[in-house]
Amino acid sequence: MALPKVLGLETEYGIQQRGGGDSNPIAASSVLINAYVAQIRKVGWDFEDESPGNDARGYARDGALPPDIETHLVNAVLTNGARYYVDHAHPEYSSPECSDPRQVVLYDKAGERILAQSMIAASRTLPPGQDIVVYKNNSDGKGNSYGTHENYLMDRSVPFARVVQHVMPHFVTRQIYCGAGKVGTEASSTGGVDVTFQLSSRADFFEEEVGLETTLKRPIVNTRDEPHADAQKYRRLHVIVGDANLAEVATYLKVGVTSIILSMIEDDWFGDRDFTLAAPVQAIRQVSYDLSLTKPLPLAAGGTITALQLQWELFDLARKYAEDRGLASVGEDVGQDVMRRWEAVLNGLETDPMSLATQLDWVGKFRLLDGYRERHGLSWTDPRLAAMDLQYHDVRPERSLFAKLAMERIVTEEEVQEAITEPPPTTRAYFRGKCLQRWGSAIAAANWDSLVFDLGSEPLRRIPMMEPLRGTAELVDRLLEGCTSPAQLVERLEDAHRRQ
Amino acid sequence: MAEREQKKRTTPTRQDEVVEEEAVASAGQADKLKAELDELLDEIDEVLEENAEDFVRSYVQKGGQ
Repeated sequence: MALPKVLGLETEYGIQQRGGGDSNPIAASSVLINAYVAQIRKVGWDFEDESPGNDARGYARDGALPPDIETHLVNAVLTNGARYYVDHAHPEYSSPECSDPRQVVLYDKAGERILAQSMIAASRTLPPGQDIVVYKNNSDGKGNSYGTHENYLMDRSVPFARVVQHVMPHFVTRQIYCGAGKVGTEASSTGGVDVTFQLSSRADFFEEEVGLETTLKRPIVNTRDEPHADAQKYRRLHVIVGDANLAEVATYLKVGVTSIILSMIEDDWFGDRDFTLAAPVQAIRQVSYDLSLTKPLPLAAGGTITALQLQWELFDLARKYAEDRGLASVGEDVGQDVMRRWEAVLNGLETDPMSLATQLDWVGKFRLLDGYRERHGLSWTDPRLAAMDLQYHDVRPERSLFAKLAMERIVTEEEVQEAITEPPPTTRAYFRGKCLQRWGSAIAAANWDSLVFDLGSEPLRRIPMMEPLRGTAELVDRLLEGCTSPAQLVERLEDAHRRQ
Repeated sequence: MAEREQKKRTTPTRQDEVVEEEAVASAGQADKLKAELDELLDEIDEVLEENAEDFVRSYVQKGGQ
């Protein structure tokens, strides 16, 4: 049985300080985040259990990823269960653990609102004439890229090679609906193709099929093995190959379809079906560069397939899976809704991609830029189009070109506003968020899989949270309501643990 | 399966008049979309960054993950 796909999205935002001479991105990121958390007591992040050097293929490389002290300047845990911090000279928002794809859309959008509020808060602390602007995108157009990562809970017992085999063709081809679109290319070579606009903002930066790196020689399938949960039972598939989406439908399909594919892999649903591509690294760029969606990709077993055909094959397999096994692991009704949207979008891509201009980022962006280009008689290399590409991702609602497109929504703005401060009720993020809301000043540190309480008397008390689906509203609301102090909560949890 | 096949592939067996009606409808739809796009392009002129070349050149990031 496929495990419930507990999942989350982490986004590194582009950042620029304007009006004050040279911009220091680390300082600017710190100002931004500190300004936001100034109104709440900042709870520090606890690094004890972090080991990003562990490899899912079964080994740990000491020193493979040297600790980067400067990246740990500001670290906050928010009452919605998210982590908000400075990473690699970027502000990063990691959503709380979510229990289905729709919830991810909600908390990812809440992240955008938090960044927008942060900019306003930061402008009050800066000298007149200066401001900090953030962009939810993946590169600066000059070859520097930063990531949007997905995380999915998986069954440890599933052979990792099987995950790689079946997820790779999906990752190469899913960009036809979840690409964010980009003007031009940042690849050193495009194999002679003239790239004016491409589907994905990240495809240029992938150089390996499988590997541990995230900042250089980026692999399509990342092997970081750091489950942030019971490592005997779980792995966390860390996906670095996605784009930063603003369109809710694109985010929904990105995490929704991937969740379904991963459930199928866990249930060994592919059987003998094998869509292994002959050259995935070449293929991911070819797909990104092909706006006609007709480029044939060589299969390892011989023959060719287009990205759209491959997605239809996956869809047909998934439909049979959904009929036979159900989609309980993807939130059942939400999973069925993802299936409907997936089919509708593949149909749209097949008949008239431009009909998806209010659903998908790359289509909406292309249509807007191409319209502007035609109106003013510009070539695709005109800086005005590159500027519009960047401004599409501006997180300020009054400047964002994305906001002007009035895209279809998956969640309501009312829900998003609530998700800025309230945790998802259906994962351990609920316990984290609620404890922060009620007893923030007694929490010395937090991590994905623990909370550390400072009760004023030595020693600090660590509450482990190794099960992502424990700590939900259903399981802990009565406990939390029955406690009048953090000391009482810790005592009751420790009692319960001793009795086990 | 059958439903998807129908939507996916244009069926040559359909009566001509149905096809014609669809063509008229989609032309109307296309005009509407074009008008919306024109309106949008007028609107965004007001928010576009003033000096595109400087704006693009000065946006330099450190690489991340």
